[in-house]
Amino acid sequence: MAENESVFSELEKRLGVSRRTFLKFCSGVAASLGLPSGAAMAMAEAVANPKKRPPVIWLHGQECTGPTEALLRSEQPSLEHLILDLISLDYHQTLDTGAGHQVEDIKKQAMAANKGKYLLVVEGAIPVKDDGIYCKIAGETMLDLTHEAAEHAAAIVAYGSCASWGGVQSASPNPTGAQGAPQVLKGKTVVTIPGCPPNPANFIGTVLYFVTYGSLPPIDEKGRPKWAYGRLIHENCYRRPHFDAGRFANQFGDEGHRKGYCLYKLGCKGPETYNNCPSLEYNNIGGGVWPVGVGHPCFGCSEEGVGFNKALFSLSEVQTHTPPNMFPAIEEREQSSGIGAGAAALAGAAVGVVVGAAAMGAKRLDEKESDQK
Amino acid sequence: MKRRDFLKATLGGTAAVACSGVAEARPNLEPADNAVGMLFDSTLCIGCKACVAKCKEVNEMPPVIDGDATTWDSARDLSGDTLNVIKVYRDGEAEVKDREENGFCFEKRSCMHCVDPGCVSVCPCTAMRRDEKTGIVSHHPDVCIGCRNCMVGCPYNVPQFQYNELFGQIQKCQMCNQAGVGRIDNGQMTGCAEVCPTGATLFGPRDALLAEAKRRTELKPGETYNYPRGDVSKPYSHHEKRVPEYLQHVWGEKEAGGTNVMHLSAVSFDKLGMPPLGERSAASIAEGVQHSLYNFMALPAIALAGLTYVVKRNTDDDDKGGDA
Repeated sequence: MAENESVFSELEKRLGVSRRTFLKFCSGVAASLGLPSGAAMAMAEAVANPKKRPPVIWLHGQECTGPTEALLRSEQPSLEHLILDLISLDYHQTLDTGAGHQVEDIKKQAMAANKGKYLLVVEGAIPVKDDGIYCKIAGETMLDLTHEAAEHAAAIVAYGSCASWGGVQSASPNPTGAQGAPQVLKGKTVVTIPGCPPNPANFIGTVLYFVTYGSLPPIDEKGRPKWAYGRLIHENCYRRPHFDAGRFANQFGDEGHRKGYCLYKLGCKGPETYNNCPSLEYNNIGGGVWPVGVGHPCFGCSEEGVGFNKALFSLSEVQTHTPPNMFPAIEEREQSSGIGAGAAALAGAAVGVVVGAAAMGAKRLDEKESDQK
Repeated sequence: MKRRDFLKATLGGTAAVACSGVAEARPNLEPADNAVGMLFDSTLCIGCKACVAKCKEVNEMPPVIDGDATTWDSARDLSGDTLNVIKVYRDGEAEVKDREENGFCFEKRSCMHCVDPGCVSVCPCTAMRRDEKTGIVSHHPDVCIGCRNCMVGCPYNVPQFQYNELFGQIQKCQMCNQAGVGRIDNGQMTGCAEVCPTGATLFGPRDALLAEAKRRTELKPGETYNYPRGDVSKPYSHHEKRVPEYLQHVWGEKEAGGTNVMHLSAVSFDKLGMPPLGERSAASIAEGVQHSLYNFMALPAIALAGLTYVVKRNTDDDDKGGDA
């Protein structure tokens, strides 16, 4: 523990965050990842130990640099510090101070020196039409650069919707043949962190997991970490009770909208978009700041085929319905409306009694008459 | 009268009645001139239950709490406290909506407002009535004797009795037009159609709804169609959606004489719990038989003749005894 103390006191200096804040962050990430509480300590130690910092090669393709910009603005603790100390960022076109041949040489050196050990982060789509000539960096196409960097990468992370499935430029008519990293790097495992821009917490959490355990977290069939993209926005949305009660905003600014009703009728894509926005909101800004939180329907930015592909105000196709026992089955019938066997027997008995009594009464009447005679 | 003569007369009378019965069977009733109804498109329903909540609000009905696990309205079927309920069809993994195998879909249960309603036919005291103008089947508790014949006479299990009330009444959907609500008379639409976010429940004149339903079944699956919301004759908004693989069947167009509330679906209707019904309404057949039996007071006359014979036979001995 004494060793830990010294490690953390050093970390406090290095990152400029208090030990308490830092451990809170790690516990939060471990909890979002669904890991036991011990994992937070393991994570904290892994981060505090600078020897474990994995080298990172960061490529930019067709994009607006939104994911990087989002990452730069993440806080609690100041992740701009953390990201630089958590990983060894060897090459990043936006953040590198160097430029031109100098920085390209550094990239080549770093890739050669850390063969099979570096983390490749792809940001932005990769145009494949006409041999990928629509996106070039330092005279080489993004297509070639991606293949080159992916060959000896220990792990590949596609950060943002563009890198995950193509993003806005892959929408019809897609003149440059833009594709996501998983489509370009067929046969390789690519972890995708979709979103436009993606929530930096989802990226940091995944990288922390990688740093701590040396492997990537469990992912779904689209390469998304299950801890972040396991559920529909609709499932955890705090406007969900309004959906279930049939209270919808019909127009922006109408009574329902002002009262915070469900935005489904305004085209909310939450029911078909997998992300953790309702629980994390956006980028630790707080105050309910994420699209649905501020009264705008979810755009479906992280979902392939939804964001940039479906009309903004078109109704979404509700994917799943939870909890499933909330709907009665077709064959379920109100018990009271049918006549049970017991009730039928009872009714039969009652009829029998009445008939019997009438017969007896008639007989007595007959006897009485005979007596009178 | 000899016993033999009596039996002969009885048989003859029965045969005459049976013959006239066939001749006198009435045809199905025709839809009312200004029949209003609803079209429920199962492929549009997303199971939000907005219609269930609104129905309770309009009809001032209490929530039905299902067991101790829930604290909200979760009725499992129509009852004295629930006039409208959304049910789910589920098969296997229930992965894809509107697919029969390993799929699921939603189905609305509420009064179908039959064109030739069984409940009206069986009601002995005209507590169940079909409105001549709108075709709405309504219930009038002021004349109801509580015999609950309507519950048996309905092929859809719709009328329900308030068993838990001290002075229970029959309850059923009256298209939000009962006394004190009167939404249709006031030019409004039904509550469920008004709140439906996808237009799965659509209100309107029956013929316009039927035309809309036919139009939908003729669409090519995969096309986009602009679905109206609210009232089909004056929708308050539209939304575009991909056309599913509709069954080429509009439930309620012809079933048992037709209904004013019609259903569309991609899953076969027997899976959705619809009863097997022919085109002939049960009411028309039953009324034919019943009315023939009572034609020219035939059945009472036969019964009286039989009873007279029995009494006569029994009293003959007494008379003889008296003489002796």
